[in-house]
Amino acid sequence: MMLAPRMRPVIAAVAGVVVFAWIVGQQDLWVRALSALFPGSVRPVYPAATVAELTLQHLRLVGISSGLTLLVGIPLGIWVTRPSGADFREIVSASVDFGQTFPPVAVLALMMPILGFGLWPAVVALFLYGMFPVVSNTVAGLEAVPGTLIDAARGMGMGRGRILLAVELPLAARVIMAGVRTSVVINIGTATVAAAVGAGGLGDPIIGGINVQNMAYVLQGATAAALLAIVADGLLAGAERLLTPRGLEA
Amino acid sequence: MITLRDVTKSYGEVTAVDRVSFEVPSGEVCVLIGPSGCGKTTTLRMINRLIEPTSGTIEIDGRDIMDSRPEELRRHIGYVIQSVGLFPHLTVAENVATVPKLLGWERRRYEPKALELLEIVGLPPAEYAEKYPRQLSGGQAQRVGVARALAADPPLLLMDEPFGAVDPLTRERLQAEFARIQRELRKTVIFVTHDVDEAIKLADRIALMRAGRLEQYDTPETLLDHPASKFVHDFMGSDRALKRLGRACVADVMRTDVESTTDGTRAIPREACTDSRFVYLTDESGVLEGWVDCRVLDAGTPPEDAGTPVDWREAAVHPETTLKDALSRMLGFGFRNVAVVDAQGRLVGEVSLAAIEATMADADTHIANLEEGEVLGALPDEEARS
Repeated sequence: MMLAPRMRPVIAAVAGVVVFAWIVGQQDLWVRALSALFPGSVRPVYPAATVAELTLQHLRLVGISSGLTLLVGIPLGIWVTRPSGADFREIVSASVDFGQTFPPVAVLALMMPILGFGLWPAVVALFLYGMFPVVSNTVAGLEAVPGTLIDAARGMGMGRGRILLAVELPLAARVIMAGVRTSVVINIGTATVAAAVGAGGLGDPIIGGINVQNMAYVLQGATAAALLAIVADGLLAGAERLLTPRGLEA
Repeated sequence: MITLRDVTKSYGEVTAVDRVSFEVPSGEVCVLIGPSGCGKTTTLRMINRLIEPTSGTIEIDGRDIMDSRPEELRRHIGYVIQSVGLFPHLTVAENVATVPKLLGWERRRYEPKALELLEIVGLPPAEYAEKYPRQLSGGQAQRVGVARALAADPPLLLMDEPFGAVDPLTRERLQAEFARIQRELRKTVIFVTHDVDEAIKLADRIALMRAGRLEQYDTPETLLDHPASKFVHDFMGSDRALKRLGRACVADVMRTDVESTTDGTRAIPREACTDSRFVYLTDESGVLEGWVDCRVLDAGTPPEDAGTPVDWREAAVHPETTLKDALSRMLGFGFRNVAVVDAQGRLVGEVSLAAIEATMADADTHIANLEEGEVLGALPDEEARS
């Protein structure tokens, strides 16, 4: 069967997800692999939770924080490119810039007195940290739409909302998706520090391993987080490809 | 009919368009022309409210444009721009269907219409409908732009330097096709250009603007022969006799009593050469295939060697070809005569350099009289006006 070229990365990404889910579900596999790598270790595998449980916690953390980032970041990027938001453009870009340069660990520390331990301080830190690529790519994607196209669209009688939905967003989709992809992949890695405030996830074995000086735990958490990042990157690359209008494909 | 009354557009201190008034009758082509910054594009864009006039009124068929919502107004006015502005993420057919979709037409109505329009602008739909804009040449893209503007059958078309960004050869073809489509569809067209030849070729009336003001609004002939000011005179150019040839077409001066034969060179009767230098060779249906120069026969060449086979697509002109283009064809080939054929290549006559010269001489005398005397001398000069 012939597959359309644009479907290939999607198929590959879905296959990646299946393989990843299988690996994560095989607790025995992790025990055997880590035992082989750390023959001297009495306990080569993090005991408090299975890899599958940790991964689900991690996904929840990333899902909530990245979801909020997209929910806020994309509309924010759109708004500052509209006449009504143009005045806020500088302050928004400075803020998201600051959000990314400010270390997430420091945000965690600052949020603890307000939000306490657990999921929510981590969500806030990751939400702020991931904003920059989403907002800046949304702005860049929309600005790259040629002014003559907007002029033609207006001249034919399209209203502002329709121009945004039917012309600007489809043409900016690829650039916006590239920002989303960057943001989510960074988030998956950064979310491991959230274990420091008790948010759980794949950071637990890493931080636990550092505390008890068990490098097997660290490797376990890091490997799973890295695989998750690779799989998510592939999945989002597939989505990017699908959202790219056919007329723009090279 | 489009009526502009004292239309003014100011940006702070600067007045881009200054109390411009003119009227374009339905079905006519009005070309707005003038040096850059004269306000021609601003004037055009006020008609579909892409720019709101500061004062004055614009009416389309008696209705003030300020009475409709801008979006609604624009959906009933075709709009073509120099940069074309095709949506790169949509196919050619989808691009053409843009306005019909905005108007809420159903697919079974807008789809055939889009295909029909592609046919009209010379892009076979079977080949082009599913292409994307990046797969088109500049000339093809602009044809799609014209088809898109015509899709909802608007009575009025605004065109902002539509043929400005293509090469000269393509531009000439697009102009000729525009003239043909306009003869069929009879839209009211407002056309902005800075190319005088284009204006002369396409316009029923020319509105010549300068620094926001309308200098003269009249037929191309009147602008050439009776310029209202030195500025108009200079802007239209010194080669006005030649430019005038752009207004007349071959059909006006060609002779139709040409000698032709379908029997090939062998059967050319000697008498055929008595009052005509060329005998044209055609096939049974009258399609031009070549000619015989009688002087060659006189020089003793046997008739079977005297024929010159030609391709009518290259060597002949059409009745609607301008005299300017016919002249340039003759100069290019080095002939003093050129055959005239219809769209299918059937011989319909012949046009001679002498006939074109006669037309030029008329115009020359006319213009020489103008320049020597009365009219131009009486024009107010620049300083006095400002």
